[in-house]
Amino acid sequence: MGSRAKLILAAAVGCAFLLAVLLATGAVIGAGLEGEEHALFSAVLERRLGAVLMVVLVACVFLFLILRATHEFLVLPAARAAEEASAMLEEPSTRLSCQGNSELLALIAAVNRLAEQRQLRDKDIEATIRAANVAAEADRNRFAVLMSELAQGVIVCNMDGRVLLYNRRARALFAGAAGQGMAALGLGRSIFGLFDRHLIAYALENINVRRGAHRHFVAVTESGRLLRVLVAPILEAGATVAKGEAPEAASGLSGYMTMIEDMTETFDSESMRDQLLQDLTESSRGPVGNLRAAAETLYDYNDMSAEDHQRFLTVVRDEAEGLATRVETAARTFAAVLKSRWPLEEMLGADLLTAARSRISDRCALEASIEDVDAGVWIKVDGFSMLQAMTYFAARLRDEYQIHEVKLRLSRDGAMAHIDLIWSGVFMSTETVMQWELDALTVAGESSPLTVRDIVERNGGEVWFQRDHASYRAFFRFLLPAISAQDAAVTAVGVALADSRPEFYDFDLFKGEETGLALDDRVLAQLAFTVFDTETTGLEPSAGDEIIQIGAVRIVNRRLLRHEAFEQLIDPRRSLPPQSTKIHGITAEMLAGQPPIAQVLPIFRAFVADTVLVAHNAAFDMRFLELKEAATGIRFDRPVLDTFLLSAVLFPNQETHRLEAIAERLGVSVMGRHTAVGDAIVTAEVFLKMLPLLADKGIRTLGQAREASEKTYHARITY
Amino acid sequence: MATKILIADDEPNIVISLEFLLKREGYEVIVAHDGAQALERIRSERPDMAILDVMMPRRNGFEVCQDLRQDPEFKDLRIMMLTAKGRDTEVSKGLALGADVYMTKPFATRELIAKVKALIERV
Repeated sequence: MGSRAKLILAAAVGCAFLLAVLLATGAVIGAGLEGEEHALFSAVLERRLGAVLMVVLVACVFLFLILRATHEFLVLPAARAAEEASAMLEEPSTRLSCQGNSELLALIAAVNRLAEQRQLRDKDIEATIRAANVAAEADRNRFAVLMSELAQGVIVCNMDGRVLLYNRRARALFAGAAGQGMAALGLGRSIFGLFDRHLIAYALENINVRRGAHRHFVAVTESGRLLRVLVAPILEAGATVAKGEAPEAASGLSGYMTMIEDMTETFDSESMRDQLLQDLTESSRGPVGNLRAAAETLYDYNDMSAEDHQRFLTVVRDEAEGLATRVETAARTFAAVLKSRWPLEEMLGADLLTAARSRISDRCALEASIEDVDAGVWIKVDGFSMLQAMTYFAARLRDEYQIHEVKLRLSRDGAMAHIDLIWSGVFMSTETVMQWELDALTVAGESSPLTVRDIVERNGGEVWFQRDHASYRAFFRFLLPAISAQDAAVTAVGVALADSRPEFYDFDLFKGEETGLALDDRVLAQLAFTVFDTETTGLEPSAGDEIIQIGAVRIVNRRLLRHEAFEQLIDPRRSLPPQSTKIHGITAEMLAGQPPIAQVLPIFRAFVADTVLVAHNAAFDMRFLELKEAATGIRFDRPVLDTFLLSAVLFPNQETHRLEAIAERLGVSVMGRHTAVGDAIVTAEVFLKMLPLLADKGIRTLGQAREASEKTYHARITY
Repeated sequence: MATKILIADDEPNIVISLEFLLKREGYEVIVAHDGAQALERIRSERPDMAILDVMMPRRNGFEVCQDLRQDPEFKDLRIMMLTAKGRDTEVSKGLALGADVYMTKPFATRELIAKVKALIERV
């Protein structure tokens, strides 16, 4: 009931009450009057009735006015305050307006103070959340940098052996282990695809949880790299193992971390050193034994016949000669090992020149300048020793030939870089300067056991003296290994990857899987998917059309893992119709030298292992794979979902279920279509958008999705 | 009858010295150039002592030593082993397989002679 209706009702009730009081008064006065009293009363009543009614009417009007004033002064402000209060719930910045009687004003003021407090508290909470988010983001960034800069590979798994985290180094160690264009390592994949299950099980069994100890094992990758792996347990959050409790391997563990070092090169050079050491000791024992026996015999039995004497001398000569050769060879090999341990760094040639200029100016008190620099040249050198060598030459030029000005020049010649130390006017004999490179370095009091020749050799380079008669100039030319443009590109890609911060971890996977459930009963959102697409020579697999490209990406825990992609061109071993090139842009030249399908399918099957396959119009792609089954023996028997059919389930009234149309409908931007990976990414994004829509329709499990797909009209299309 | 000693080594340069030294000490010397030949000559010529190099073609010194010790006929044969590897593990292995003395190259010739004499004079 509205407040106005209440007012009218109250007025009516008040009037009725006044009337009733009047009638009751009349009745009380009239009751019990006899005879002339009654007649007198009636006459008085009759005569004054009009006036009485008037008084009543006036009383009613007064009553109404009083009620209305009360309503406006007490009820309406309270009602308005109530409305404002409910608006305040929606918009916390508004306040109740101050009107009404003093009691109401007090209430309104109290409510406004409460609102003020609440708003402040909300702001505090927001600020705290924001600060926490910023801190978490900073932690995440630090963590990502730490992980990507680690020289060791890191892989973190849950107890099922599912990979929760890996870093760039780990990826590099295993890249290509299972074939071209893919890695055996991926989020949600099994670590047992990388290491023998027994090695890890053994390491875990022997870890003493109480001491938080770790174990090592050595493993070899498919590509033959030798790895040293450290396994360390990760305790469950809040899990502390009480003292004295039996150290059961699995108790209190939520997973484990493996840290991987590549020992291949260390091992190679160490085993080479061992070999050398053995050559010099054990293998020398025999020859030295022969020599010693012969020498001692000669010494002790000087009465032997001339013939015997001659025989022993021959032994001594031969063995001594053999030993000399052996020592020489060992020394040379050892030098090579030493050289390989010389830490060379990749640097911009221009940087080395700038450093050389200031060092020469400082140390030799002569004018050094840079004449010409190819700014794009990267070199692989030990920068410090090269600076020493250049400074040494400059110092001798000044000391012995009073040269006061040198110039530096950098250029590139194929796989090598030239660094020239140039001076003009004074020529010296080649013999003289070539002697310099064999003298031990001394510059401004600093001396080194090394010679320029040693340094240049250790840097894998050469040095010579050259004259340019036309310009009256001469120079020392240092020839140093340059880094190929390709390597520089790899570095650039690495940097780009770091910028886009690839997501190599997902700790939600720690929880493990709901085991024991049949695949069909498992929730779609928790499954791992491989979303793939193929490009083909044509549309008729049964009529001899072949796959020419497979592209795939993975979805784990509802996240599209773009960095774990599969992309492979395939030689179809047949002609490529020119009209198909118009669609996918793949030419016959691109396919030349690519592996045939029989080589690619086993790798692709390893890539899709343990995942549900997803494709747009999957029947088409699956038909191509099926037709290869007899020839390759590779069977794709993982469950398949089709975004084409799922679209028909979700949008039964739409005319088209083309990938572009669905993408547009679901707000997925389409880029790079008609490359296999490009299409796979679009399909994956579409699929991810479909998952909540399917859930709205009650389709949550894999089995439900498959059943719904099969019921659509489109499921009857076959290829 | 002169004491007969077999030298088994594939390196002629050490055989020259050993043969000369032992002959000068008055022993009769026979030579084998590999393990198999050593076993043959020991069986046919019955020397009192064998000096076996470890690293030999066909049968190595360990195998020859082990074969001989398994045959009771040769329980009195003195066996000296020579090796170019000086590892303790190898010395232990040689002695465990039945060698009486183990010498590591390069050895002093006088010490070798002394050890041969001691072994021969052993009762």
